[in-house]
Amino acid sequence: MAISDIKEFAHLTEADMEAFGRELDAVRRDIEDSRGAKDAAYIRRTIRVQRSLELGARIVLLGSKYRPAWLAGTAMLSVAKIIENMELGHNVMHGQWDWMNDPEIHSVSWEWDQTGPSEQWKRAHNYSHHTYTNIVGMDDDIGFGILRMTRDEPWKPINLIQPLANVLLAMTFEWGIALHDLDAKKDLDGETNLPFWKSASNRQFGRKIARQVGKDFVLFPALTGPAWKSTLTANATANLVRNLWTYVVIFCGHFPDGAEKFTIGQFENETRAEWYMRQMLGSANFEAGKVMAFMSGNLCYQIEHHMFPDLPSNRYAEISERVHALCEKYDLPYTTGSLGKQYLLALRTIHKLSLPDSWLRATSDNAPETSSERRFRTGEVPAVHALRIDPMTGERRGLRSAIAEARVTLRNAKKEAKRQAKAMRRTQGE
Amino acid sequence: MDLKKWLEAPAADVSAPKRPKLNMLRGAFTRITTPLLPDDYLHLANPLWSARELRGRVVEVKQETATAVTLVIQPGWGFNFDYKPGQYIGIGLHLGGRWHWRSYSLTSPPNWDEKRISITVKAMPEGFLSSHLVGGVPQGTIVRLAAPKGNFALPTPPPEKILFITAGSGITPVISMLRALDRHGELSDTVHIHSAPTEDEVMFADELSALAEAHPQFHSHIQLTRSDGKFALASLDELYPDWRTRETWACGPASLLEEIERVWKHEGLEDKLHLERFEISRADTSGKGGTVTFAKSDRSTEVDGATSLLEAGENVGVQMPFGCRMGICQTCVVPLTAGHVIDLRSGKQHGEGDRIQTCISAAAGDCTLDL
Ligand code: FES
Repeated sequence: MAISDIKEFAHLTEADMEAFGRELDAVRRDIEDSRGAKDAAYIRRTIRVQRSLELGARIVLLGSKYRPAWLAGTAMLSVAKIIENMELGHNVMHGQWDWMNDPEIHSVSWEWDQTGPSEQWKRAHNYSHHTYTNIVGMDDDIGFGILRMTRDEPWKPINLIQPLANVLLAMTFEWGIALHDLDAKKDLDGETNLPFWKSASNRQFGRKIARQVGKDFVLFPALTGPAWKSTLTANATANLVRNLWTYVVIFCGHFPDGAEKFTIGQFENETRAEWYMRQMLGSANFEAGKVMAFMSGNLCYQIEHHMFPDLPSNRYAEISERVHALCEKYDLPYTTGSLGKQYLLALRTIHKLSLPDSWLRATSDNAPETSSERRFRTGEVPAVHALRIDPMTGERRGLRSAIAEARVTLRNAKKEAKRQAKAMRRTQGE
Repeated sequence: MDLKKWLEAPAADVSAPKRPKLNMLRGAFTRITTPLLPDDYLHLANPLWSARELRGRVVEVKQETATAVTLVIQPGWGFNFDYKPGQYIGIGLHLGGRWHWRSYSLTSPPNWDEKRISITVKAMPEGFLSSHLVGGVPQGTIVRLAAPKGNFALPTPPPEKILFITAGSGITPVISMLRALDRHGELSDTVHIHSAPTEDEVMFADELSALAEAHPQFHSHIQLTRSDGKFALASLDELYPDWRTRETWACGPASLLEEIERVWKHEGLEDKLHLERFEISRADTSGKGGTVTFAKSDRSTEVDGATSLLEAGENVGVQMPFGCRMGICQTCVVPLTAGHVIDLRSGKQHGEGDRIQTCISAAAGDCTLDL
């Protein structure tokens, strides 16, 4: 079973946990106090760049009959769509720029270039996913209801096709999200039992899709006249590229090993500090340079985003330094790695968990994709009792050391088992 | 389906009033720029071509007195010049990355041919925005605008006999009325009593005396309070004995208005009195809370400084939007139409014109939500 006592899992006493929360509150305050003209200029510039790119792409694509124009136009359009989706849509709708009090760049009024209506996405994402992050049974973003991403969920035969479902999801990611958001919205509004056409959400959904599909697949191709075919393929390609990229970014932020899962029990009496901790332990970063950070909507800092979803994205780099320092101080893991590594870890989980539990070796207390405080217990003694201060350095020895030690113990146990098996075989052979 | 409607539909939420052709064109273009509006691209070239909200450009800054300036503004698309003299507009200024929002009376007369409007701003020691405006707005600055509104306005046709009582910057809505009357040649039997501390601080002094010269029936009474003391309402009988027969408009500090209200009530003349309260409302940071009014649902409630506005609304049965209830999801965001609130997490204040998260905000004095 996933984590049900986050203090014990994190190897923190009550007092340490509270102190940890206070330090993060201070981070929030510092960033809020220092938001200003420079940040505002950043988001305005981003909007200008994105719109110019898109406009440019549409113009270049008028000549899409010629291969170089097709390539250049498609590349520009893909980049424009990615920026629009990640750094603009996702972040503006999180309210990251609401402090500017600008009606044109505000979570309430922003609509994005994706199949799902932004209002439905905000409900499912900002509310459900960001409030119930990684709580098994409450956060539907764990696998989006399509993939089994943790062995806390029982295996079903349909999971066997998971490797294939994953590829499909990646290619049609915006549609997956849109349908997922529609369901969440209907659930919340109590519309699940209405006939299809009576539901206001369905109608809103239909209108948005008609416009999106109409624009990229009917109007723009029609406008280019004889070159309609190449414009159509260009638009489709740009949408595909955007889908694949957002899929990779999101999977790297949520499903590499070390992104923990939680139980409802943990959530029910959660303090503010524990909320921060859940966000931190439940997310994963990937290493990115400036350009990649920008193209990922700064979601390479997924940990920071989950702790402060409404602080401006251009400040996450700076926040991450402070969060990292806190992890050092409290000896906590800071889950990160290269994009490739993080994605491969997620991919491994997808493939592994398509198999029934009986084929898997680890338990949900001690698996790469989910673990719990029980993995540190010796007998029934909670791990917090075993809190240690390093006698030499005076530093805390917390979760990070505990995980490392558990790994060594496991490795040694395996070695030992192998040695014994070998010895046994030898004696049998004699 | 109606073709015109179909064409307009995508841009219907933000249509320019009285520009049906433009709306149709925008609607049609929106189908290829969706989910944006054509204006979202156009205003990269010219910020006035935004139609999500009214914008304007400051084209002239005139010093009125040492502490007051007039800003002449050229509004962008969609501004309706048919306002009534005496009405006010909302204006937003971009400062330190943030738009600050305040309301000021229009001092320009309506239907001014140049398609420009003006406001006159007096610096208030506590008014962050007003001091900035007076301290210097460069020409060419882009501002946000809200459509003119307010009931403090002259009816058409204007009454035959008028009395204006103003003090300080309370003169601004009245100068607009005077200018409009003058332009239409309707400035007849009018008395204007205006108080200011010293001669230098009388706004529009030259204009007032010019008006008095041109219109024998217009009396401008200037009261310099530092030398002559406060204008005594009791002296009305002696100075303008027919004051009871006049339709009265008064604007100025609260103390003056209260006194006027009392006298007019006493005389049974409430019907003839129009007041505009003008003082900068300040946030009450004592943490005592205040009265929260939910404008659309027509409900209000007293709250302390620790109760969130979300709870306050729910307690009196207002349909409040909400999600996480902890300030992370932005589901509960609504516009604050008046007063101040305080962000319980950061202690930051929000004022009129801000959109606020009700789940983490509490009243700082009386406030009104657009719900
Ligand atoms: S309810 Fe989620 S931010 Fe207020």
